[in-house]
Amino acid sequence: MAILFKTAKLLETQIDEFLDAVSQGALVFEQGIKDYLGGEEANFEDHIEAISKLENNADDLRRKVENYLYSHSLIPEHRGDVLGLLESMDEVINTAKKTLVRFSIESPKIPTSLNKEFLELTEMSIMAADSIVYATRAFFRDINAVKDHLHKVMFYEKEADRIEEKLNRKIFKMDIDLSQKIHLSYIVSHIGRVSDMAETVGDRLAIYTIKRTI
Amino acid sequence: MLLIFLSSGLFLGWSLGANDAANIFGTAIGTKMIRFRTAAMICSIFVMIGAVKGGAGATYTLGSLGSVNAIAGSFMVALSAGLTTFGMTKLKLPVSTSQAIVGAIIGWNFYAGLGTDLNSLTKIVTTWVASPILAAIFAIALFTFFKYIFNNYKIHLLRKDAYTRFGLILVGAFGSYSLGANNIANVMGVFVPVSPFNDINIGGLITISGAQQLFFIGGIAIAIGVFTYSLRVMQTVGDNLFRLSPVTALAVLLAQSLVLFIFASEGIESLLISIGLPPLPLVPVSSSQAVIGAIVGIALVQGARGIRYNVLSGIAAGWVTTPIIAGVMAFISLFFLQNVFNQEVSRKTVYVITQPVLYQLSKEGIIDPGLGQLLDKRYDNSTKFYTVLKKKTELGEKQRNQVRSYAQADSFYFDPALIASKINSEWFTSSQIEAIRELQGLSFIYRWKVAETLESSSPDWHYKPGIGLNKKYNRDLKAKYQYVFDTFRAFESED
Repeated sequence: MAILFKTAKLLETQIDEFLDAVSQGALVFEQGIKDYLGGEEANFEDHIEAISKLENNADDLRRKVENYLYSHSLIPEHRGDVLGLLESMDEVINTAKKTLVRFSIESPKIPTSLNKEFLELTEMSIMAADSIVYATRAFFRDINAVKDHLHKVMFYEKEADRIEEKLNRKIFKMDIDLSQKIHLSYIVSHIGRVSDMAETVGDRLAIYTIKRTI
Repeated sequence: MLLIFLSSGLFLGWSLGANDAANIFGTAIGTKMIRFRTAAMICSIFVMIGAVKGGAGATYTLGSLGSVNAIAGSFMVALSAGLTTFGMTKLKLPVSTSQAIVGAIIGWNFYAGLGTDLNSLTKIVTTWVASPILAAIFAIALFTFFKYIFNNYKIHLLRKDAYTRFGLILVGAFGSYSLGANNIANVMGVFVPVSPFNDINIGGLITISGAQQLFFIGGIAIAIGVFTYSLRVMQTVGDNLFRLSPVTALAVLLAQSLVLFIFASEGIESLLISIGLPPLPLVPVSSSQAVIGAIVGIALVQGARGIRYNVLSGIAAGWVTTPIIAGVMAFISLFFLQNVFNQEVSRKTVYVITQPVLYQLSKEGIIDPGLGQLLDKRYDNSTKFYTVLKKKTELGEKQRNQVRSYAQADSFYFDPALIASKINSEWFTSSQIEAIRELQGLSFIYRWKVAETLESSSPDWHYKPGIGLNKKYNRDLKAKYQYVFDTFRAFESED
């Protein structure tokens, strides 16, 4: 019988570690963008390495948890939901990592006059990611608190959209090459995608939460 | 010959495993919380422990089948009940063997020309209606409680899963234990007086009585039923009627166990009596009715959406038809067994009013000139004797019943070998055993004469005034008397 509770404890820890990795990934992402905008190339590359490690770690943990849930037929009625939740959550850190890698490969030339907006957009994106981590933790531990975090995710995502639009308008009004404008706009949408992913997870989570409270 | 007779008991055990066990683990299987193999394993082990250990206490009451007084008759009653349960299992309908058994016994009663005790029959049928309702109420209360706990205390999803699983296994094991303990008497009890097994002593430490060995075999039959055939009914209970969540499955299982416990617990009865409340009748309630009642209760509290009414009506129809089919089947097959195979299916009961009976009746204050006219006349049918009493005497109904029980002639012989092997100190007090030993080698015709002699030699054979906790004592004493009558009844036919 003790094995039942041991398994539960082990999985609880692994899910927590997975969420820690996603949350840290978001912080590293913010630091990376700041370093890039501030021209601190060496630090920026360090952050890419850090986020890659976190992303790999998250992948491993997610697979372990999923395997365990199915092979031990745990939480039969929520197994599919948890699987979907973890997978879409994984996409958040994946998107953050890919965005940093894009910066590294493409070295976009960002005019310093846009720094403030870029930082704002990054901040909103990681706030959304952070809130979805809170909401997911609540889904496992304290189902009533999920909605307290979910509405924040939606708020930050909308803010990110607003800043993205503002930034795009500003970019296309600038006196630079069209190619650079398109490149910048592309980079902007990449940063915004982190918050979009958080919103996708949030939408799923809202449904899973209803299912759990019935 | 005994083996052939035993086979129908084993078959009944098998169908009990195939159907009744499903009522216990059905919800856990349906919600995929426990795998079938795990459930079958737990169920089998605990049914066997319950049969051997828990059944020993109820050994001597012989279950409800004990009233069938000839072995060929009990063979047919058990077979009819087993076949009916098997048929219902094939239709994937959860029924209880106790329903089929009650039906089959009524069939036997009709065949043997004995009146059915309407009072106890009404009691049993009333609980068949009351138990699902009670189970539904319990299930709703438990469900609300669980919901409150899980919504208000921050319990991790996985931990909640572990607790629920643990609860399902624990209550399931307990349910299996009670199933074995309560039903083994129905399956094997009737064969106890004719058991070919002797007590086995292991290393001078543990003694396994002949009855326990018999019950162990019955337990194995139940376990085989669980493994080979219970999955079908489990799916009906666990998934087809209404989709349950693991927590609701636990509420259902707990509610069912509570209902079964309440109706079977002498402890609860004593408690109710001691605080001055009317006790619940101790009757065999059916686990299938309790579990279905609990599921419907949960479904109602969740807004009654998702109940499959066609499945529910099928189940309800099964409940009504089970006792009827078993009864009719028993009646018809008893006829064949008696007339085609020349087997005695019921002991012929003879009623004679002799001089000592008249004297005994007058001591009880039953005096009627009509009784004198019936002196030394033989009647071999209970109903006929009763009608004659009605015609020739002015006695009331209660008195007529008393006359009938006093006039019932039997034949008892207190064989020393039987006293040594069948009367043990586990159940009887030393004073009671001493009183039985005094009867060694004696023969009796009337039950009341046996009782009177026993009473005169030991105060332990006296009934107590039927109030409060004495009821339990009296019930136990009545079972002891019944056991003595069954054991020492001379088996050779009089005619």
